[in-house]
Amino acid sequence: MNKPTFNTTRLRAAALALTLSMGLAQTFLAPAAAVAVTEAPVKLQSLRGAEIDASDPEGDGTRYGRDQAPLPRDFVQQPPLIPHTIKGYTVTKNFNKCLDCHAWARAKESGATKISVTHFKTREGEELSSVSPRRYFCNQCHVPQSDAKPLVGNTFKPGTGMR
Amino acid sequence: METNNKGLIGRIRSLGWGFAAMLFIGGILFWGAFNTAMEWTNREAFCISCHEMKDNVYQEYRNTIHASNRSGVRATCPDCHVPKEWGPKIIRKIQASNEVLHKILGTIDTPEKFNAKRLELAKHEWERMKKTDSRECRNCHNFDSFDYAEQGRRSSRMHQTGLNEGKTCIDCHKGIAHALPEVEQAIGAPKEGATPEEFHPTTPKPGEAGKDADKATKG
Repeated sequence: MNKPTFNTTRLRAAALALTLSMGLAQTFLAPAAAVAVTEAPVKLQSLRGAEIDASDPEGDGTRYGRDQAPLPRDFVQQPPLIPHTIKGYTVTKNFNKCLDCHAWARAKESGATKISVTHFKTREGEELSSVSPRRYFCNQCHVPQSDAKPLVGNTFKPGTGMR
Repeated sequence: METNNKGLIGRIRSLGWGFAAMLFIGGILFWGAFNTAMEWTNREAFCISCHEMKDNVYQEYRNTIHASNRSGVRATCPDCHVPKEWGPKIIRKIQASNEVLHKILGTIDTPEKFNAKRLELAKHEWERMKKTDSRECRNCHNFDSFDYAEQGRRSSRMHQTGLNEGKTCIDCHKGIAHALPEVEQAIGAPKEGATPEEFHPTTPKPGEAGKDADKATKG
């Protein structure tokens, strides 16, 4: 009989500790919870009006622009825009479709713009003999153009030296 | 010797015209059955009844222009991978028995195994297309009907120079319907996959080909 009694006291002690800790947690967390209740719930919405977890509405009528000559730049250090469609162009671990024309080895035959020498540098500024792997994902900076309407107004004017 | 002298007509006459008619009808039935069975294997549904095709190459193809486009005209697996002409079709179908063997052996039955083999398999298809001057492409795409004014300025220029140099579709249009194997593009660590020469084979200019032939005869 001795053993079970010992067990119940241990259980009681554990229960007391649990209640105490919960009480403490409540006193500390209570103000934060109160603030969340008073503020109106944040309505998340994407710029194009779709639900935040849904993909952008398809078939909104925008199209990639047709092939055209290189586009002018609007500010200093602007990554040049892509003046052609890139539909179906894949950049994977195995193959980079952009490099297939814009790499220096391919540019002469394809007539494409060569990748800038600024891309031959490591993050520390060390010169490499080929394009730096950190520049592999072209679309991080270079984007194609479509006839989409601007989502928000803006009054930006190209830099004086770029007009 | 006696039967040989009779000739074919004579021999058939000796067997009776009824038998000859049966032979003829039997031939038609056999041919019809054979051709139907062969065409039954020339369907996308048949190709993707194997998970090797359905989970790998078919998924890659679904988003490409040959599977999904504005007009809804599709090129299915056999349109590109099986010749239309009877002779080459039979040869390709006999070669395909090797693919059945590897299906049984499970050579590419996981995505990892498939990707390990991707370079080799892709090279086989590039080579086959190159050998036939991209015959299966040309079943639909006819150079003579190209309207260069309607093509983009880039494609118009490249098509005209390429075709004048004697290039064929597959020389440039690789990986248009399926993911590519590794291709060496001189960025980052060297790749084990296709070399630049394999990926963009150089076509000897008409003059140069003649010179090489001259050298060969002299040597």
